[in-house]
Order: sequence, then structure tokens, then C-alpha cells
Amino acid sequence: MKNFKRLTLLCGHYGSGKTNVAVNLAFYLKQQYNNLVVADLDIVNPYFRTKDSLEDFKAQGIELICSEYANTNVDIPALPADIYRLTADKSLTAVIDVGGDDRGAYALGRLVPEIKAENNFDMLMVINGYRPLTPDAQSTIEVMREIEQACGLTFTGLVNNSNIGDETTAQNVLNSLEYANAVSTLSGLPIVMTTVKAELVSELNDKIDNLLPLKLQAKPI
Amino acid sequence: MADKILMKGNEAIAEAAIKAGCMHYFGYPITPQTEVAAYMAKRMPKIGGCFLQAESEIAAINMVYGVACTGKRVMTSSSSPGISLKSEGLSYLAGADLPSLVVNVQRGGPGLGGIQPSQADYFQATKGGGHGDFKMLVLAPSSVQEMADLTVKGFDLADKYRMTAMILADGTMGQMMEPVSLDYDVKQTVEKPWATTGTKMERDHNIVTSLFLNPDELEVLNFERYDRYKYIEENEVMYEEYLMDDAEICIAAFGIAARVAKNAINEARKNGVKVGLIRPITLWPFPVAPFKKAAEQVKEIISVELSMGQMIEDVKLASECKVPVTLCNRSGGMIPSPEQVLEAIYKAQGGAK
Repeated sequence: MKNFKRLTLLCGHYGSGKTNVAVNLAFYLKQQYNNLVVADLDIVNPYFRTKDSLEDFKAQGIELICSEYANTNVDIPALPADIYRLTADKSLTAVIDVGGDDRGAYALGRLVPEIKAENNFDMLMVINGYRPLTPDAQSTIEVMREIEQACGLTFTGLVNNSNIGDETTAQNVLNSLEYANAVSTLSGLPIVMTTVKAELVSELNDKIDNLLPLKLQAKPI
Repeated sequence: MADKILMKGNEAIAEAAIKAGCMHYFGYPITPQTEVAAYMAKRMPKIGGCFLQAESEIAAINMVYGVACTGKRVMTSSSSPGISLKSEGLSYLAGADLPSLVVNVQRGGPGLGGIQPSQADYFQATKGGGHGDFKMLVLAPSSVQEMADLTVKGFDLADKYRMTAMILADGTMGQMMEPVSLDYDVKQTVEKPWATTGTKMERDHNIVTSLFLNPDELEVLNFERYDRYKYIEENEVMYEEYLMDDAEICIAAFGIAARVAKNAINEARKNGVKVGLIRPITLWPFPVAPFKKAAEQVKEIISVELSMGQMIEDVKLASECKVPVTLCNRSGGMIPSPEQVLEAIYKAQGGAK
């Protein structure tokens, strides 16, 4: 896979899978970087947060910067002061999970001047063509532009996370390539990786470049 | 791109409503149902529909009343405390015999409670939902697909019987993501000659009201309405039975609790315990007959609920207390685990496995 910059920002339409991608990318990057931090900037959704993986992070020596109110009944948009370390401490390598849509991306704005000045970041758009409001390239690009306007940064790449949950087959992923390529062509951005649940990797390894296997946070009920 | 798409329960309700011909949505944000409104805010302007964030829940339900008077399909959605605010409007809708769809994605209570899932609004939904003699059709989905299917069904039933259909979901159902297919062929066939659509000077005025100055007149309307309710009880009950054929223990559960119960039942079956499930899909009308039948067959009924025990009262009434009915529950936003349900099953079986 490509060389990752010091900061990897994951944005996208809500429900596109940003958090699962962030968690798994962190596990992947931990193999190469010691000072690895996951930062949860989600001010929109009180559920399904990176905090669900806190034990796994601890076990692997990954630090989590996250609102102390995540996953609690305190349903308020809150960010911890620790997020300023992301830009102040240049020894850190960070995966930053930004909240969904443009509303989620507003929270990123306060870090943008420092991120731009350092210019050692990637901002990746997580896309899922099986989501109802982003079924094609045009609607996906609309969401991208809204996010860019909200946070003041422009995207540098795409993560194709197209899936239909538990029922996802290798064929579903292969069928999504046309969509992902169309988003790539229309936006002029590369598909940095394609993320699939771990069970599908063996079927897709020789068909898709830059696969990242996902261990899913949410358990089926 | 595909037959199936990946949706949150809240989104599935919103899209299914649009597919059912609902072009008017009024709401006020509250976790855990906010995605219904967020989705409507994105979609309605694109299809020429109306999304309006009202100044309060009370305003929203009265806007629903207004559109319902015109005979158009209309909906609102909220979560527990917000539904309490809407209860006056729900009574007015019932008193004026207006069809509408109301969604309650329940959260822990009472009071402001919390934002985690709950089923503690069962009484509120099934025993009225406001002042006066009335009922609402109450539909309890147990999957994201059912969130969508029952929304479409709810609009049809509401039109057919001129009453409110409520989708009674919970925070988990609203937030969870599953693949769904939204391939509906919706035909609105119910005529609404009572609607206030303009007389064009060709007919008398239609008056839609819940105010009656003459008590004789009001009583007649109430009697007529309850005849309709009786017809619904005889014709519109929906439920699912799971492994009940040879069951010696019966679990009663709806919504998310039924999913947990199924996991526990599958586990118990592996150990030779004959246990089955009756899952009410309509909470009103309540599936009385299957529980009455089960009471002749099983030695215990376990009601699994995310509340302090509300549906259990209807289970006891339906089974005429012929067998013990016990409660297996969590409350305040907590969900029973399959292990907790399994323990209750083994206890009913007569001791540890």
C-alpha cells in the first residue's frame, strides 16, 4: 500500500464506514509507526464510536483521543483539548476519524490552519456505493464538495468501502469497482485502498490492488 | 447499483415513507431518530416534497393534522419524550378520524432518560397515547427491512381505517445498519371523500374536527369507532411464530428483544430444550389467539422486554393466566443478553441445564 503521511483524515457520508476503516487502518499502521494515535473528531453521532475498540487499542499500544462523553448518554457535541496535540506534536502519526457529512467536518476546521502549514496529511473520502444517498459518482462528489467547504481542506484520495453489511459477497465488492472508478475519474483522485471484511480477502487478493482487511466493530444481533 | 442497499433503520423508514407516497414530513430532532429527519431534509426538496423542521414536537404533530385533513399522506417521527409532547395531537387525530403515520424510536426513560434503546413506551402506544377513548395501530419492526415494510403497511392501514399508525421501534432498530430491498409497488386506492380539498362549489363543505358540542353525537361516533377497532382486531393481527410446533416453553418478545430471544432459543435448542417464540408484529391489535393457543401447550411463557414489564400484561390476558408468565427484562436503556434469556429458559425448564 502507499506510504501514509503523518496525518490521515477519514471523512465521508455518514454510515459510509469511516470508523471501521479508521480502526482497522490504525491496526495496519501500527506495524510501521510506534507513536500511533487514533483521534475521534465525531461531533454528530453519539453511537458506534472508535471507543468501542478501546480495549483492542490498549492491547496494541495505540492511543485513543476521544471525547469522554462518547458512547454515553451525554448527547452533546464535545471534543477533548487533546486534539491540539495532533498538530502540535509532530512525532505522532495519527488516524483521524471525522464525523459524517459536512456537519461532522465542521469540527475539523479548527485544526486546518496548522494541518495546511505542515502539509503532511492525506484527507481520504470513504465511499460506499450501496448507501442510499451516494449511489453514483455524481451524488458522492456532491457530498465530497460539501465536506470540503465545511472543513476548508480538499480531498487527496478515496477509500472504496462499498458493502451491504453482513451479506456482502466478493461479487458485491467487484460490482462496486465501476462506481469507485467513476468517482475517481470524476474527482481526479486515486483509490488509495479498497476495504473489505477479512473473510473476503482471499477471494479478492488477485483482483483488487491495495486491499485492507476489516475486522468489524459492530456485532450482529 | 444493486437490488439491496445498506441502510440505517431510521433511513429505511424515511425512504419507505417516500416510496409510499408521503410527500410531507414534519419533525423536531431528537436522538436516536434524528436520521429520519436528516434523510427527509436531503430527499424531500429533490422530489418536490415538504420537509419542515417545526419549532417543537407539538407544532409538528399539529402540522401533521393539517396535512391529514387534506387527505395527503403525512408523517412525523420522534423518540419517547417527544412522543409524550405529541400525545395531545395524537388524540385530536383520533377524534377527527385522520390517517397519519407516527414513528417512535424509543429511548430509555422515564423523563429525559437517556439515548439508549428501550421498549418502555409500550403502554403509551398500545393503551391510547393520549386522552380519551381511542387506539392507534402499533407496528413493531424487528429488522431494518421491517422498518421499511411496516412503514409502507402503516400508511395503507392508516388510510384504510382513518387512524394513526405508529411504528414502535427502539434506538437499536433506528441505528443499526442492514441490507434492505425497497422494491414496492404502492397504489393508494383508498378514496377520501371526507378530505378538505376545496368544494369547487360542487359539494357541501367537509368539516374535519374532534369537537362535538352534543354528547349524544360524540357517543355515537365513539361507538362506531370502536366497532371499527373490533373489526381491526379480527382482521389485521400480525405476528411471527418461531419453533413453536413442539415448544414446551414460549418466549414472548417483539422488536430487538425478539432478535436476542431467537439467539437464546437457538442455543437452548442445541441443548435439547424445546422453546419457541411468538413475536407480535402488531402490538395493537395484539395477537391474542396464538398466546391463547400456546397456553394450552407450554408450561411457561417468558416475556422478554426492554422495560419493567409492560407487554407481559397483554400476554397474561391473552393466555388467560393458564400458565405462569414470567418476566426477563432490562430497563433504562439496557438490552437483555442472550445469556440472560437462556438462563430464564433453563429456569423455566426446571433448574440448570
